[in-house]
Amino acid sequence: MAFISSGYNPDKPMENRITDIGPKKYDQFYPPVIAANKGKWLYHEYLKPGVLVHVSETGDKVFTVRCGGARLMSTSHIREICEIAEKHCDGYVRWTTRNNIEFMVDSQDKVEPLVKDLEGRKFAGGSFKFPVGGTGSGVSNIVHTQGWVHCHTPATDASGPVKATMDALFDDFKDHRMPAHVRVSLACCLNMCGAVHCSDIAILGYHRKPPMLDHEYLDKMCEIPLAIAACPTAAVKPAKVKLENGTEVKSVAVKNERCMFCGNCYTMCPSMPLADKEGDGIVLMVGGKVSNRISTPKFSKVVVAFIPNEAPRWPTTTATIKKIIETYSADANKYERLGDWAERIGWERFFEKCELEFTHHLIDDFRDPAYYTWRQTSQFKF
Amino acid sequence: MAKHETPLLDQLETGPWPSFVSDLKQEAEKRAKNEENIEFQIPSDVVEDLLGVLELSFKDGATHWKHGGIVGVFGYGGGVIGRYCDQPGLFPGVAHFHTMRVNQPGAKFYKAEYLRQLCDLWDFRGSGITNMHGSTGDIIFLGTTTPQLEEVFYEMTHKFDQDLGGSGSNLRTPADCIGQARCEYACYDTQDICYDLTMEYQDELHRPAFPYKFKFKFDGCPNCCVASIARSDLSFIGTWRDEIRIDQEAVQAYVGGEIAPNGGAHSGRDWGAFDIEKEVIDLCPTKCMWMENGQMKIDDKECTRCMHCINVMPRALRIGNDRGVSIFAGAKAPILDGAQMGSLIVPFIKAESPYTEIKEEVIEPIWDWWMEEGKNRERLGELMKRQGLQKLLEMAGLKPVPQMVQEPRHNPYIFWKEEEVTGGWTRDVDEFRKNHLR
Repeated sequence: MAFISSGYNPDKPMENRITDIGPKKYDQFYPPVIAANKGKWLYHEYLKPGVLVHVSETGDKVFTVRCGGARLMSTSHIREICEIAEKHCDGYVRWTTRNNIEFMVDSQDKVEPLVKDLEGRKFAGGSFKFPVGGTGSGVSNIVHTQGWVHCHTPATDASGPVKATMDALFDDFKDHRMPAHVRVSLACCLNMCGAVHCSDIAILGYHRKPPMLDHEYLDKMCEIPLAIAACPTAAVKPAKVKLENGTEVKSVAVKNERCMFCGNCYTMCPSMPLADKEGDGIVLMVGGKVSNRISTPKFSKVVVAFIPNEAPRWPTTTATIKKIIETYSADANKYERLGDWAERIGWERFFEKCELEFTHHLIDDFRDPAYYTWRQTSQFKF
Repeated sequence: MAKHETPLLDQLETGPWPSFVSDLKQEAEKRAKNEENIEFQIPSDVVEDLLGVLELSFKDGATHWKHGGIVGVFGYGGGVIGRYCDQPGLFPGVAHFHTMRVNQPGAKFYKAEYLRQLCDLWDFRGSGITNMHGSTGDIIFLGTTTPQLEEVFYEMTHKFDQDLGGSGSNLRTPADCIGQARCEYACYDTQDICYDLTMEYQDELHRPAFPYKFKFKFDGCPNCCVASIARSDLSFIGTWRDEIRIDQEAVQAYVGGEIAPNGGAHSGRDWGAFDIEKEVIDLCPTKCMWMENGQMKIDDKECTRCMHCINVMPRALRIGNDRGVSIFAGAKAPILDGAQMGSLIVPFIKAESPYTEIKEEVIEPIWDWWMEEGKNRERLGELMKRQGLQKLLEMAGLKPVPQMVQEPRHNPYIFWKEEEVTGGWTRDVDEFRKNHLR
């Protein structure tokens, strides 16, 4: 593999350098029907799960076929998407915020051949490449983070539990039977680069063991004051430690009972790793939303404090999620989001109906907002 | 023949949902065959080793990626995330496996021709593995070696007119919903403002000058499809301040069952005949609508624009004409002090190109305050908690209005300023003692 230069000259990095040019401008990639009708759309309908039509005041229509996909995607797969886009949609395609792929056509007769083509494509292992769905009152694709495939702080994998969960919820990706839409998200650690904290169902990777201390290297690898300042509960303090060979080194000490395992110290200091096979696992949070529809946006609440990482298919996690979704589906009113349902029936009833055990872990004891979550009325249900 | 046995990952090839394992395997095979004789600039077995190290993580229940690593392209302090494997001897193909963030186009619209160019570049100079897309919105190029970073950047900028996205203590790559491009609910042009601000603030996006990350996101309406209110330091949500437009004939068509409610979103179950009282009027959070002689009436002054009625009857009810955005500040995920939702700081502002008022009267004064007062790794929302919402309003010159609070404060512990109190705070204790004996 011989090195082939792009034209970049490392001795003169500023020579012909182009910077600060930003992204491609959005309108370069609008399909013609979008360009012609932008801002003129009148209404939309779901023709069936995964298929939408938007109608413009000009009389034009755009038909969208939405399909799911793993956000971890090879160029081979992207090239196949390009081929489909060229075959059916003059080369245009887009992605949604929830990692779905959308193919748009300008007349209804182009819809079925496209759907058929998408549904007919399978990976060698047997799974669908482009399952059509993810619309309306169903379960859409999961937004998620990197997990074990590329991240240094995860407490669980991302692509693995997502695949296992979507397999379990697959029928509802392709259906509209839920009372309202159900948004599932996964973040593989508390950093939540996936911002799962306002999802109907949030799958969160969590550590449960305080950091190990690599004393010999800690002062060489880390800025000790930054590691100390990083701790939100002031559990980390400076310490002098005698190594086995007798040398005294500057390091830190951790007050373990103050640690809530956020991993922020590890972010600042690589000599304080937290990850552990038995310690790490999954927290389930439910009832969050970002929409302002009917009720205001709300955070997801912790309803299962810990489920072990059961690679490769996380069966307890997926079964618990399935149970919550089925219970919600059977019990909620039309248009009622999962969190609104839980609030209407009461959280005590939520735990009963979902057959989830309530433990001390689920009572908030972190800072001021905790107080506002305790019951301060005689109104409750037995 | 696969380089590494992957019995655990293989179990993720079954089931209907698209299998990333199958996809990685097809990529590994393609690189092994190399039918197009690509002069791969990083190890050709990179995907094999990625599968190998992932299998090891599935076995060990822990990641095998090392912490950080400062790499990047010259002159930028973001857009590249260093990543090294902690078992480079076992998996040399992914010993260096750096991420590059590529700034996505608005609403993630693409043409095949352009995507193929990116694929060609990434097959040649990287792993051929991507995320479409990262959570913030970028196209993620997953895995290349240090010497290739400048080469990828050079080709992207010179051949494709394409820049990197943000990372670290930068403005992160702004993201938008599909907006007016294909949605009748959009109250402003989310793509245009997203592009405009991204271009205006290229320096902030590429060169870290902030205490920590900063995110802009643009939701066209209060349905919030890009979740701006939950995860962006400044969240822009489309809104209107006049009347919902009503088509009474279409209202009747919904009542008569001629049009499916909510665009047919509930088609998977028999919910019974549409009942406008039960499904729309009773669910209105402000109870500002009613039926009168077969006509739908809305007391628009009392409407809080929750979108429910419009979502249920999109052919009968449409957003108003006097449109703009509401701006919310301080949303973030839980690290460190708990999750925060965005707080309303501007109830209404017009969002029209070139967005001067938004830039000069909202964004820039807030940045000035945060850059002056924010501690290392303190998000805007945390500074707001530490110094108070009124401090932000004061620094940005925004007038406090009741819309900004859920309810007034529960305690009278007001930090009065000296100039607000008649006579100021300087007093003479001897004068005081003339009337009040010790």
